Amino acid sequence: MFLFRFKRTLKLGVKSLWMHKLRSTLTALGIIFGVSSVIAMLAIGEGASRDAQEKIAQLGSHNIIIKTVKPPEEQSASGQQQTLQEYGLTYNDAERFLNAIPDVQVIVPNRRISQQAQYRTRRVSAEVIGTVPWYTDISQVRIKFGRYLASTDMHYKKGVCVVDDKLVKELFGFDDPIGQDIKIASDYYRVVGVASEQTNTKTTSTFNEENPAAEKKAGANVGSIYIPLTTVRDRFGEMTMQMSSSSGRTMERVELQEIIIKVRDIDQVLGTRQSVQTLMNRFHKKNDYEITVPLELMRRAKEFQRIFTIVLGSIAAISLLVGGIGIMNIMLATVSERTREIGIRRALGAKKRDIIFQFLSETLILTLSGGALGIILGALIPFFVTHFGQMRTVITLSSLLLAFGISAGVGITFGLYPAYRAANMDPIESLRHE
Amino acid sequence: MTQQFRGEVKFTSDTPILVMDKLCKNYQIGSVELQVLREVDLTITSGEYVAIMGPSGSGKSTLLNLIGCLDRPTKGDYILGGQSVSMLDDDDLSMIRGRRIGFVFQSFNLINQLNIVENIQVPMYYQGFTEHESAERARELATMVGLGDRMKHRPSELSGGQQQRVAIARALANDPLIILADEPTGNLDSASGAEILTILYNLHQQGKTLIAVTHDEGIAEGAERVIRLLDGRIQKQEYNKRRV
Repeated sequence: MFLFRFKRTLKLGVKSLWMHKLRSTLTALGIIFGVSSVIAMLAIGEGASRDAQEKIAQLGSHNIIIKTVKPPEEQSASGQQQTLQEYGLTYNDAERFLNAIPDVQVIVPNRRISQQAQYRTRRVSAEVIGTVPWYTDISQVRIKFGRYLASTDMHYKKGVCVVDDKLVKELFGFDDPIGQDIKIASDYYRVVGVASEQTNTKTTSTFNEENPAAEKKAGANVGSIYIPLTTVRDRFGEMTMQMSSSSGRTMERVELQEIIIKVRDIDQVLGTRQSVQTLMNRFHKKNDYEITVPLELMRRAKEFQRIFTIVLGSIAAISLLVGGIGIMNIMLATVSERTREIGIRRALGAKKRDIIFQFLSETLILTLSGGALGIILGALIPFFVTHFGQMRTVITLSSLLLAFGISAGVGITFGLYPAYRAANMDPIESLRHE
Repeated sequence: MTQQFRGEVKFTSDTPILVMDKLCKNYQIGSVELQVLREVDLTITSGEYVAIMGPSGSGKSTLLNLIGCLDRPTKGDYILGGQSVSMLDDDDLSMIRGRRIGFVFQSFNLINQLNIVENIQVPMYYQGFTEHESAERARELATMVGLGDRMKHRPSELSGGQQQRVAIARALANDPLIILADEPTGNLDSASGAEILTILYNLHQQGKTLIAVTHDEGIAEGAERVIRLLDGRIQKQEYNKRRV
């Protein structure tokens, strides 16, 4: 019997809403937009956060990255700019980390230089990374063909290199790169392996760019060439020249662009960071380095995500509140418009709860159908954002459930008062109402 | 009916169906207490046709509301169908209105968004009839009042007389103890009014208890008993000769 009443009440609700199509649609719009914006915002937020977390994860959660930064220009006593600037990480730093910091699993010192690579007649910009054979331990770089740099390459300062598959595409076309020679600066290097990096967007060093064209391209994705660190040191040296308008030539001396430390256990990351900081403070008077801890970034990203969710949640809550108030307003108008009907029903035997149920079901039909349409719209918006805006979006089931639950909650909350008011009208007064 | 009503009594003719014992109704208007009904004693037996008449302000409407259980008396007792209703709560009053009273209003009071059959179904709906049962009975009643061919029409598509016939059918839906008519011909032309009076009279002939509140002497002529109210008191009661 309850089911029958329920069906009957729903039918009645749909009927009376259908009598005022425009009004019902406009009222439902508030909920539709509220719900769809919640879903769309959460989808975009979730997508952005997953993107960020993946990028950070690629840096390695066990890693501590120390980078060379160019310090602010120093003024010499005479007010003249120094012609030779010496700054950045040194081989000694790497040595010290190795000796003084416990829990270190791997230390990778890197030299990064932007250069033009040439194969036969083709030249492309590339990032030359002078590194060590165990670079693969701390990065996402994996060998696809051939081999990676070996310790003998280091020891004999061999002119060999490993190129990544992006560069292979640009430089070799359909040629097999293994065993070919490419020219970087004035030297030739033999390709011994092809590596692939699982990054979507690579973080490129933004310092010590020798070539403005390369610098421009560095923002875009340039291919990487891995060369033994010893070879780089031997052939490129540590000095770079820069032309500046104010003081002509400036010489810079930078030994290493970055040192990456990998610790054994994730719990040791923060402690090790502290030790690194202490060591660096002791031996570097200038502020010429920067310590990045992906784990910290990850935590910060999560915190940011939490705040983001709270902000989105409040915006959504406000928009749904507004929608709910709209619904309440309309329902109050409906109730007063149908005072007479209420009086008739009460005279014919309707109890207060019958009236409450009748009006509450109307509100619920309105909000739930609005919520359903809102979910459809909310699922479509991220689709278009991804399609046209090249932004990643992720719709989670929980956001759908949340949105639907909220719309039902809004329906009940804002439907109760008008229904209550309808039920408590005096039947005699309502019958006389016109 | 699925629910048993408490204190269910079998009514034969001449059983008092409605007893009012020194019934008073006061309204508080500001600081003044207005006595609208003063100690009304009234007994109506099953199968009677009673007309209540009186000038405006005599307490007619208030008495009607009390009989129809839309309102509670200030003082005194009101026994409807063997059950005292003066102290019942709102839910029980709703139940009694639905089960024991069939209202016929001056302005018909049909629900415009429902068709004829659905309108007649409304009182049955609140008594827990199934859709099938109530629709069946509603169609029977619609046919009985001569609207068998208009069952899917909306009230606004009918004439006043037809609407009032729908209202009478609706009043009969739960087979009430009393049919309570409030100026049933007040909004009708004389031809339709006569039609409605005939229907009411026929119902009375079938043994229904009828109470009509009216200004219309025509109704009063058709009734067995005419109760005249003045200033909240029963001024006099007249018995008409039964028609043959």
